[in-house]
Amino acid sequence: MLKQRIIAVLPILNGIVVQSMGFKRFLPVGKPPVAVEHLNRWGIDEIAMLDISRSASSGFALQTYVADVAPYCLVPLAAGGGIRTIDHVRDVIKSGADRVILNTAVFDNPALLSHAAERFGIQCIIAAIDARQTDGGRYEAFVDGGARATGMHPIQLAKQAEDSGAGEILLQNIDRDGAKTGYELELIEEVASAVSIPVIALGGVGVPNHFLPAAKIEGVGGLAAGNYFHYTEHTATVAKAALAAGGVRLRHDSYADYRESKINAQGRLQKLPDKKLEALLFVHYTDEVI
Amino acid sequence: MGNLSSVISALATLECRAESTSNPDDIAQARALILPGVGAFGEAMQRMRALNVIDALSRRVLNDKAPFLGICLGMQLIGQNSTEGGLHDGLGWIEAKIDALPADAAIRVPHIGWNEVNWSEDGPINQNVSDGSHFYFNHSYCMTSANGCVAAIADVGKPIVAAIRKDNIWGVQFHPEKSQNNGRRLLRNFLNSAQARKG
Repeated sequence: MLKQRIIAVLPILNGIVVQSMGFKRFLPVGKPPVAVEHLNRWGIDEIAMLDISRSASSGFALQTYVADVAPYCLVPLAAGGGIRTIDHVRDVIKSGADRVILNTAVFDNPALLSHAAERFGIQCIIAAIDARQTDGGRYEAFVDGGARATGMHPIQLAKQAEDSGAGEILLQNIDRDGAKTGYELELIEEVASAVSIPVIALGGVGVPNHFLPAAKIEGVGGLAAGNYFHYTEHTATVAKAALAAGGVRLRHDSYADYRESKINAQGRLQKLPDKKLEALLFVHYTDEVI
Repeated sequence: MGNLSSVISALATLECRAESTSNPDDIAQARALILPGVGAFGEAMQRMRALNVIDALSRRVLNDKAPFLGICLGMQLIGQNSTEGGLHDGLGWIEAKIDALPADAAIRVPHIGWNEVNWSEDGPINQNVSDGSHFYFNHSYCMTSANGCVAAIADVGKPIVAAIRKDNIWGVQFHPEKSQNNGRRLLRNFLNSAQARKG
């Protein structure tokens, strides 16, 4: 049986992983390879790297970021940010990405999706759709890192992306970016029911329990978050424990496992009983040699 | 044609040096061969023809019996034919046809993510890999049967072929290079079989 996926999104700003708030404010986290190494150890199911640098002088640098992290990434790696040509797609894949994420090109150049899908297969193409509520509460899809309105509803653009050759939709909610209020479920549900390819939800996760409601939506094939994963240890494993408690079936292949722990409303792990902790003192873990 | 660097990185974690090549002379001398693949079936076959590697590959694997591992599209390519983007002939090393994932599957297509793999044999390919362990899949076409050489299946609401083995020819629909320790165990098994053959 196919399991639900937890995906860590790493926004890269000028070569540094950042936390992002509303696509406007950023906090530095650290070097991409370190983040990737930790997430791998914590049993993350997939990593999505997004170059959000917008300076024209930096040029297309995504493939170098991908090459830097690829040796540490033994889980699937998706990468996007600034991909405009089929050569970009090829270079990013050649550098070690398993899949590419397209956003602006989904709207500006659907032919690129078709071309890339033909050459690399649709399972290789993720269409990222950045949605924001405009005046009147209507959702609209944005491109260019949230800077340019498309005039299209996210559902419309998602359908167009599917027709062009996307194998998956990464639906990001700009208003919820860094808001820590949980996913905006209604839009996720609408988009997931409008397309027949899997949809990945992104935007709003602040605590482990925020993952759960989106996991139950039909058609949601992945649960993504960015900021949530940083500044705390074992975030991926704790998220999985919270989901498992809600009955979601996942892969638990990390050395750490919190399925027996309790997580409070603030997302913090509760202390285990003293007896259990004492027993743990004498448990010896050795790294398996493969 | 595909993600060679991921495979090379994963092998490097097992202290194995692998090189990517499209040179028939290299293929003729390789101790073991891995054919990875991200891409479309027809295009991949066309490229292999253009690179003139099919003869060398077939000779090395079928005659010299060099250990061979096909990954994802690389497994599909050794089948007879595929309906991906029109009917295309494959290498035909095993009796298998490749088709779109069943439309009545319980999952959305493409089949992306971690799925349980159930082994139907206890052979060299799945030593230390427990039954039902997770591997990463990412594909929209699959083998629905493979006459006499199915080594494992995965469940997408219907069973699909997850791994095949016919003597020295191994193939996996999932990506061992992207399946953390389970994948490394499988790659280690492959390297062991290459080592054993030499000794």
